[in-house]
Amino acid sequence: MASDSIDVRYVAKLARLALTDDEVAGYGAQLGDLLSHVGVLSKLDTASVAATAQVVESRNVARDDVAGVCLDRAEVLAGAPQAQGAFFRVPRIIAGVE
Amino acid sequence: MVNETAVAIARSVSTRKTSARETIDALYPYVESSDKTIGSYLSLTHELARSLADKVDARVKAGESLPLAGVPIAVKDNMCLRGTVTTCGSKILENWVSPYTGTAVQRLLDAGAIPVGKTNMDEFAMGSSCENSALGITRNPYDIGRVPGGSSGGSAAAVAARQAALSLGSDTGGSIREPAAFCNVVGFKPTYGRVSRYGLIAFASSLDQIGPFSQTVEDAALCYDVMGGFDPMDATSVDRPLETTAGHLRADLRGVRIGIVKEFATSELGSTVDALYKKAYADLEKLGATLVEVELPTAEFGIATYYLIAPAECSANLARFDGVRYGLRVDGSNVQEMYENTRAAGFGPEVKRRILIGTYALSSGYYDAYYVKAQKARTLIARDFAKAFESCDVIASPAASTPAFSFNAKSDPYSMYLMDYYTIPGSLAGLPSLSVPCGSVFPEGGSRAMPMGLQLSSPLFAERSLLGIAHAYERATLHAEKLALPQIASV
Amino acid sequence: MTTAALDVSPDVIAKYEAVIGIECHVELKTASKMFCACPNAFGGEPNTKVCPVCLAMPGALPVPNRAAIEHMIRAGLAFGAEIPTFSKFDRKNYFYPDMPKNYQITQFDMPLTQGGVVEFWLEDGSRGSCRLTRIHLEEDTGKSSHAGSGDGRIAGSSYSLIDFNRAGVPLMECVGEPDIRTADEAVAFLESLKRTFVQLDVSDVKMEEGSLRCDANVSVRLHGAAEYGTKAEIKNMNSFRSVHRAIESEIARQIGVIESGGRVVQETRGWDETTGTTHSMRSKEQAHDYRYFPEPDLVPMELDPAHVAALKAALPPSPAVRHRRYVESYGFTVAQATQLVDNVRLAEYFDRAVELTNAPQAVMNFVLGDLSRLANETETHVADAKITPDALAEVIAMLDAKTINSKIAKDVLAKLWIAGGSAKAMVEKDGLAQVSDPAALAGFVDEVLAANAKSVEDFKAGKENALKFLVGQVMKVSRGKANPALVEQALRDRM
Repeated sequence: MASDSIDVRYVAKLARLALTDDEVAGYGAQLGDLLSHVGVLSKLDTASVAATAQVVESRNVARDDVAGVCLDRAEVLAGAPQAQGAFFRVPRIIAGVE
Repeated sequence: MVNETAVAIARSVSTRKTSARETIDALYPYVESSDKTIGSYLSLTHELARSLADKVDARVKAGESLPLAGVPIAVKDNMCLRGTVTTCGSKILENWVSPYTGTAVQRLLDAGAIPVGKTNMDEFAMGSSCENSALGITRNPYDIGRVPGGSSGGSAAAVAARQAALSLGSDTGGSIREPAAFCNVVGFKPTYGRVSRYGLIAFASSLDQIGPFSQTVEDAALCYDVMGGFDPMDATSVDRPLETTAGHLRADLRGVRIGIVKEFATSELGSTVDALYKKAYADLEKLGATLVEVELPTAEFGIATYYLIAPAECSANLARFDGVRYGLRVDGSNVQEMYENTRAAGFGPEVKRRILIGTYALSSGYYDAYYVKAQKARTLIARDFAKAFESCDVIASPAASTPAFSFNAKSDPYSMYLMDYYTIPGSLAGLPSLSVPCGSVFPEGGSRAMPMGLQLSSPLFAERSLLGIAHAYERATLHAEKLALPQIASV
Repeated sequence: MTTAALDVSPDVIAKYEAVIGIECHVELKTASKMFCACPNAFGGEPNTKVCPVCLAMPGALPVPNRAAIEHMIRAGLAFGAEIPTFSKFDRKNYFYPDMPKNYQITQFDMPLTQGGVVEFWLEDGSRGSCRLTRIHLEEDTGKSSHAGSGDGRIAGSSYSLIDFNRAGVPLMECVGEPDIRTADEAVAFLESLKRTFVQLDVSDVKMEEGSLRCDANVSVRLHGAAEYGTKAEIKNMNSFRSVHRAIESEIARQIGVIESGGRVVQETRGWDETTGTTHSMRSKEQAHDYRYFPEPDLVPMELDPAHVAALKAALPPSPAVRHRRYVESYGFTVAQATQLVDNVRLAEYFDRAVELTNAPQAVMNFVLGDLSRLANETETHVADAKITPDALAEVIAMLDAKTINSKIAKDVLAKLWIAGGSAKAMVEKDGLAQVSDPAALAGFVDEVLAANAKSVEDFKAGKENALKFLVGQVMKVSRGKANPALVEQALRDRM
């Protein structure tokens, strides 16, 4: 597990965080530092170990298919950064960009 | 200030020696004046408190039995309480009012507890000093030049400064245990899945747990007994009958085996701290316990493991903060830009760091080497604990390597992460774990004695045993009471 | 995008083989959403079927809907899919305004079903099949509408409005292998999926309501080529007809591109109903890094093989199996068989009546004939009308035994449709039995011959129509009960 230098801009894009050039450099250094610390994990022999999926051993937790009470729309939209009528409004979506 | 334990207040209100309303009315003026110095609270819930107090008094009068009748509690601001501003210490939720109440909080209210207010915290529970809050500063009541610990700094300080009888914190890698140690109070994190996470704003889903801060172990036990148990709104909450704890507190430790971890040798922590813990272990023996050396060979990988898994989970959990449905919005020329601007303005640096590292650890090409590897290391750590518990009933160690440090002492992120060294491994294994005051030391360059905490951890679902043992130690040593709380100067 | 590319001659098109893979999303029919208790129902005032969970409010947690999991398993079993003993949910991470958490809870590497085969048939009777890669369970997104562009499209819009009523509705994603070769096959495949899902009552499968949405991956290659061509993903088809048109249009477009020396670009293309063409939605294929990881807010599913076996045993016969039996064993036309299986209750009614009569042709004629007509007229389903398969069987038996004639049979059916009961009893009670007794018939014949001398003359003069008329008259005086065949014979004999 090499201490790769992270492509901070690419990762920030995936995470939808706008960063200044200074921030890119700053976080890049800090994250590189952290990665070199976590690199210690490569010392562990985990070849025959299963990844922990869940600490608790529960299985099959589910609920019955019964409809319940919903939130009041007025209360919901009151907390919206921008509501228009009965809807949440967002700036234009550019097609094909996710 | 609150002079009595939760147990005593509940008894007083239940027998109508005093009323819930009187209790809360007497408390608020103190909270308001002391908080100018301490800064435990981000918001106070006066109206709600008074209205609930009146209801509790009516219920008590009608003969209802309420285990927490009239007990003032502070709630960490990452827990939803309907009608209250719930911020997670972040600008991105600075004005968000929650439309619902989380299960753990609701159970306490149903049992008669009175919410005093919402407490300060490291932003989104990421931090070990409360310095990462974007909305306020909380000071350690024992030395206001020092941090209260984190991320549940406000909740720890509130109980320490007697601004509440009980408070709720959340613990992911140590965020209850470390501030409890720094603030001379009891802080308890139950087994993962024992207390519902519904209504707890998620940081790391497979690690987060809600737990109490209190003056005594008995109070923590009472709070846990009310809060714990399966919740159909949380699929990770365990469907297993709750073993109550408050009626099973021990007077001594005869027959108890205490594991002392070879890898957690306190000789590395300097002579005064070393002496303090050696005394703590000796005190356990005096109560009849046997000390057993145990090994946790993978404990040293705890921080690396944690700082891959927790950020990975949080990078997805925090994706919902995007300016669309609630919270802060900073506009952009299109929606994706709006996301980027909103999140850049709304999140602080530590949060951004963790989102970045978490996104990276999950990303294509790195997922196996980082995230999966860390989850495998986690399995090994849990196995080590299981093996250690074959020869002991409880593991004892420091809760933190130092007492509370000064503000700005740890500017390097990694040095801050090291504060969770002792608490993280237990979190990764999901174990129930607590910190109980075990004395004080003069920190280097410090003029005041600062408290330290003894961490006790037990096997999964062994809360009854854990709290029983902690209670015996606490009653025999009374360390919390021995350290005087300084006068809180009004600013 | 000009139409020139579509002007490719049939000869040229015939050189190529199209390879089509269909992917569809089917909304499950449940009372509540996949991970919360909000109602799952089409329509309704925007943003009223929402809660902290499906709005992704801070602190909310998902809890899976048991019925959705069962539906999913039954749907997979109906296509012969493998149901694993262990399954889980995963997070698929990307940012989009109609997806509240900015990750979707879905299934990545351990879906609830693997494999399976969808059998289908075309109008000409040829049969085919398409393998399924998998069907998995996930949650639907909210719906966005776009304003400011004048036509509701995203392109050129200045803002969008989001309704989260649909966010969190349970969704089956069905991924088909690229076994399909024509637009006809694609539609037949979809129709087979629809029939089974409707039969199992796991979904309404209505494209116009959005409970079925599909995308088609289309590529072409010369016949005999070993490699697949570059594929384009076609989206935005909102009826089976537009699926057909879009696939044909895209096949022709791709062939046109290749024939004119170009290369097909791997991209997503949207179908435009009004222009009848596909247009590119992205200039280059964006590789999405979805950063899948197991959903930590949910626990895995361990499926009990005995329970799965019980679900499998309880499945009704598949429409494809029925269709094959109707065509191959009973000799029905493809269209007749399709009409029967398109509605499972009709098929069940039919099967029951056949069980009782062993006369599939007769039953089919009545079911698709008189009964379907009555169904249309009264706006009642055949299986909901009062006439039981048993009563129909009785009518057919009586016809066969010549106890009644076909006109009486029609009358009886119409009466039973409303009143129910036994056909035999009705015929007896109302005296509807066919008259076949020669003496009685002779009486009617005499009456008619006496009253219609002209017609008798006409017949003797060679006009066959006159006979028909006379037969009709006998039927009239006998109030329809005379045995028409015997009447005709008797008249011939007498004249």
